[in-house]
Amino acid sequence: MLKPQVGIIDYDMGNMFSVLRACEQVDLLPVLISNKKDMNICDAVILPGVGAFAKAMENLKKLDLICGIRDFIASDKPFMGICLGMQLLFSESEEFGKHKGLDIIKGVVKRFSPKNERNNIVKVPQVGWNKLNFNGKFSIFNDIKDGEYMYFVHSYYVVPENKKDIATTTNYADIDFCSSVVSGNVMAFQFHPEKSAGKGLQIYRNFAEIIERG
Amino acid sequence: MGKTIRIIPRLDIKGPNLVKGIHLEGLRVLGKPEQYARYYYEAGADELAYIDVVASLYNRNSLHDIISRTAREIFIPLMVGGGLRTIEDIRAVLRAGADKVSINTAAINNPQIISEAANIFGSSTIVVSIEAIKEKDSRYLAYTDNGRQFTGVEVIEWAKRVESLGAGEIVITSVDRDGTGEGFDLELTSAVSSAVSIPVIAHGGAGSIGHIKQVILEGKADAVAVASLLHYNYLIGHKIELGSEKEGNTEFISNGIKSSKINSADLSGIKKYLFEQGINCRIGENCNA
Repeated sequence: MLKPQVGIIDYDMGNMFSVLRACEQVDLLPVLISNKKDMNICDAVILPGVGAFAKAMENLKKLDLICGIRDFIASDKPFMGICLGMQLLFSESEEFGKHKGLDIIKGVVKRFSPKNERNNIVKVPQVGWNKLNFNGKFSIFNDIKDGEYMYFVHSYYVVPENKKDIATTTNYADIDFCSSVVSGNVMAFQFHPEKSAGKGLQIYRNFAEIIERG
Repeated sequence: MGKTIRIIPRLDIKGPNLVKGIHLEGLRVLGKPEQYARYYYEAGADELAYIDVVASLYNRNSLHDIISRTAREIFIPLMVGGGLRTIEDIRAVLRAGADKVSINTAAINNPQIISEAANIFGSSTIVVSIEAIKEKDSRYLAYTDNGRQFTGVEVIEWAKRVESLGAGEIVITSVDRDGTGEGFDLELTSAVSSAVSIPVIAHGGAGSIGHIKQVILEGKADAVAVASLLHYNYLIGHKIELGSEKEGNTEFISNGIKSSKINSADLSGIKKYLFEQGINCRIGENCNA
């Protein structure tokens, strides 16, 4: 049987190496894509990303991928956003002024405050492992238990307008922020499943199953 | 419980070998880095750090090969440092499969490289490593080239500066304590961690699991880099593969370990102990590959 082809959007925003390797590990066929035409022949698409929100939107625009991503998601094929790739799906970000996002999920992207409610210093970015608290049952999290640790690196977090979009929350700096979103065929994570050891790879395995179910 | 503390095995690399010195000097060969990396990943390491300790003297391709081979099979973050002088050097190790880089000498010689690299690769990718030595007048000064090169730069001022230039994290190494097993420099680590709001990784001096607890609670470390303590534990229980390139001092592994100051421990032992002491760390199911 042919392996499902997964397009990883390459728009010069960080390292694709580990996302590629994670896909290979669960028998998907990853390909780097940077145009709309290549995206349309994929069975699923992953939007990764590390870096600044505004620059990422600019790069997507330059590659004429904004409509491409919207169309792909409208086609109902599985779509995964990771880290900055999750934040870009939202309406707007307050990173260095206000910036419009892809507006696929209604909501905003906010920065962690450097002080928590008890006025203690909070280390920003959050770098390290933290727990997922489930907000329901989702096939992308099959075989992953409530409270499982995943690896995070971020200074910003998403605030979805519709609470139903929130799949998991995670506590940092006294805030229960939205750490994953599942909305139809869109699955997005603030953490890095490809950097989250065995249980992170389980998410890729579940993604592969979702693709094969069609 | 508070934030989740990371335990980061630090693998110093010289040519094809994993090495460990004392005060960043007198390197002993401990085996192949990939063998240790794989083991630490499976044992629940939260990240891995590869530091090319004599980078400028060796062919960089050897390091890139080690990074690629490791990154292919290890699904946790990999930090790489040592001898990265330019944006192109940084780009090359990221391409090879590193997730973040640590820079020291290049940052001190040209602080603007921090903001330039943070702009290109993202702040979280750029870690600044500070090698500190306590002077006779009790001031901590930053050194480069594995603690050999005096710079006159004051550590706390430098830590604040690298934060403002866009560094995502700081590794603070006590050169005085490195490899000694005498414990971390708590005063140094705590001063740096309190001065900045980015995460601080403590390194240099762990001789027992108690020292790790101390540097978290008293040193306010957000993560702890551990070398000898873990390596010596691995050496006791495992057969070490030496490549054809037996360069360097291998007497240490051939003759057995004689390091009275280090009470070695494995990752699960360290984490179990920390957890019992009320320190939050990643334990349980997702600790295994």
